[in-house]
Amino acid sequence: MASADTSAAPSPAGQPGSPGAPAPAGGASGQARLRRYPDRGLLGGVGAGLAVHLGLDVRVVRFAMASLLVAGGLGAVIYALAWALIPVAPESEGAKRPSGAWREAVLMVLVVAGTLFGLRRAGLLIGDSFVLPLVLGTCGLALFWRPTVTRSGPSAGRLSLSPRALLRRPGQVDLPRLVLGVLLVAFASASLLHALGVLGNLGKALGAVAIVATMLGLLFGPWFARLARSLASERAARIREQERAEVAAHLHDSVLQTLALIQRRAGDPREVAGLARRQERELRRWLFERPGADATESFKTMLERAVAEVEELHGVPVEAVIVGDAPLDARLEALAQAAREAMTNAAKFAGAERVDLYAEVDSARAELFVRDRGVGFDPDAVPPDRRGVRDSIVRRMERHGGHATVRSEPGQGTEVELTLERSRGERALVAMSPVGSS
Amino acid sequence: MSARVVIVDDHRLFRAGVRAELGELVRVVGEAGSVEEAVETIGMCEPDVVLLDVHMPDGGGVEVIRRVCERQPAVRFLALSVSDAAEDVIAVIRAGARGYVTKSISGAELAEAVARVAEGDAVFSPRLAGFVLDAFASEAAGPGLPPAADGELDQLTPREREVLRHIARGYMYKEVAQRLGISVKTVEAHVSAVLRKLQLSSRHELSRWAVERRLVSLDRPAGRRTG
Repeated sequence: MASADTSAAPSPAGQPGSPGAPAPAGGASGQARLRRYPDRGLLGGVGAGLAVHLGLDVRVVRFAMASLLVAGGLGAVIYALAWALIPVAPESEGAKRPSGAWREAVLMVLVVAGTLFGLRRAGLLIGDSFVLPLVLGTCGLALFWRPTVTRSGPSAGRLSLSPRALLRRPGQVDLPRLVLGVLLVAFASASLLHALGVLGNLGKALGAVAIVATMLGLLFGPWFARLARSLASERAARIREQERAEVAAHLHDSVLQTLALIQRRAGDPREVAGLARRQERELRRWLFERPGADATESFKTMLERAVAEVEELHGVPVEAVIVGDAPLDARLEALAQAAREAMTNAAKFAGAERVDLYAEVDSARAELFVRDRGVGFDPDAVPPDRRGVRDSIVRRMERHGGHATVRSEPGQGTEVELTLERSRGERALVAMSPVGSS
Repeated sequence: MSARVVIVDDHRLFRAGVRAELGELVRVVGEAGSVEEAVETIGMCEPDVVLLDVHMPDGGGVEVIRRVCERQPAVRFLALSVSDAAEDVIAVIRAGARGYVTKSISGAELAEAVARVAEGDAVFSPRLAGFVLDAFASEAAGPGLPPAADGELDQLTPREREVLRHIARGYMYKEVAQRLGISVKTVEAHVSAVLRKLQLSSRHELSRWAVERRLVSLDRPAGRRTG
């Protein structure tokens, strides 16, 4: 909104929410582009757009438009063309027209039609036989092209004037409008032809055209069909190629890099195993997880992340089996944190080759076991300064209404059992078979 | 006498690795790298157990099982895979495999699993136990299917569930037996019963999983074999 004409004549106060405050995207080139504001106008927002562009009151513009109607309906032609060709202002895109505007718009169209008719009757209309078809034809064209042309503010400079482009956007196409447009254009052409006095010959001409078209169709139809098909298959091939390239890129970034790392660290089996495992997990996630599925974190994803972190930090594989899932709440979060602590302990102190994690969660309860076949310890003989188990596992579970049991014996490995009764009220809804009745 | 084994996997390197790991513990009598090759090799070698990769071109393990079973119903299959997708694993089990182990298994453990399958028992890795518990979870039955409508085949008994949960926690059959105060044979019987239910159940999720992935065609009921 930095151009001379708008700043010289600031928008009148009669226009609420007038521009100037939000600099629209059109100002990129330093000029106030002509835009429509469908949310402010009655019909297509052309009047409002012109008013903004010229710095006039919108009523002045509307009056000028209406008076141009007298000149053989020129106003309607201009309006229709402007509607078709001027892109919607970015800030008006998607905005709703003021409620009730369509009623006024219909009224306006009726008034315009009535005025034209009245003028014609009064013999005041100039060039009746040519201008009227032109008006109708232009309106038809405007209707026909509008869906494509008015699309999008930023790329509005590029007009895609092909019916294919039009039809390829199913969301944008408005069938009744297209049909109406075509009918209007056809009617306008017919009346023009009539005015020129060639309508009588039209029948023969049409016949000739039909014959030629049929022959051409028979000649070139199959060829066109084949062309279209090969275009489609080419497109499919291109999509496949793109997918392949994406897969290749991903494999390069992940698997090949890891393999290179592994070759360099071949002397350190622990490191190599860790690298391989991390890569495996990463690749698996990429292969099996649906994009967008992990928008919100669940208990399962949090637990899986904890497993990955423990594996990475301590280089001990954790075999995780997780049954069921639930959205995270404070208590499940505490459970996952306690599980992480138990896995860390097992990985750090047990000296086991691997740690097993089993978790089962439903709406009634959550159970979690962390187990190793390591050195084990005597739970009663843990010195009081070793607070890891007591504070971060047992107390944490108890704070959240859960329970933790640590079973261990020297030489027999360790198993930490964490249980959490979830909302008791919901239990009646869940028909779980009784478990844990051994 | 050790079991006669055919290894089916589309990666030659992996087949060589398994062969080396198994060493003298079993007799590897053949290898195959594709579905066609597998059907032919199994027909020729008549092995006791086929170690079968879940993911292969041309239909994968499910297709191999389907085609071999028609002619050689005595051959037993043990699925061996890196796949984490529950529906793939369940589909192979439902097609007739008697167990599923992950490729990270050690040679000795694998040989033990092969021997177990050769005797007609089922082999459940912790992961498979987890999948099965998940698939039979009462809550997952879906809105249109009240759990009460499930037949005997469609749910696990409390004891079976408890056995599976111990397996999922990483206990071996022997340890499970010890903890539950039952014999190893009883544990095996429970696991075999679960496998049978898994293969015969018409339970909503199981079929849906398989059909959605188009691993099992709709017209042919999957898993008509019992052990």
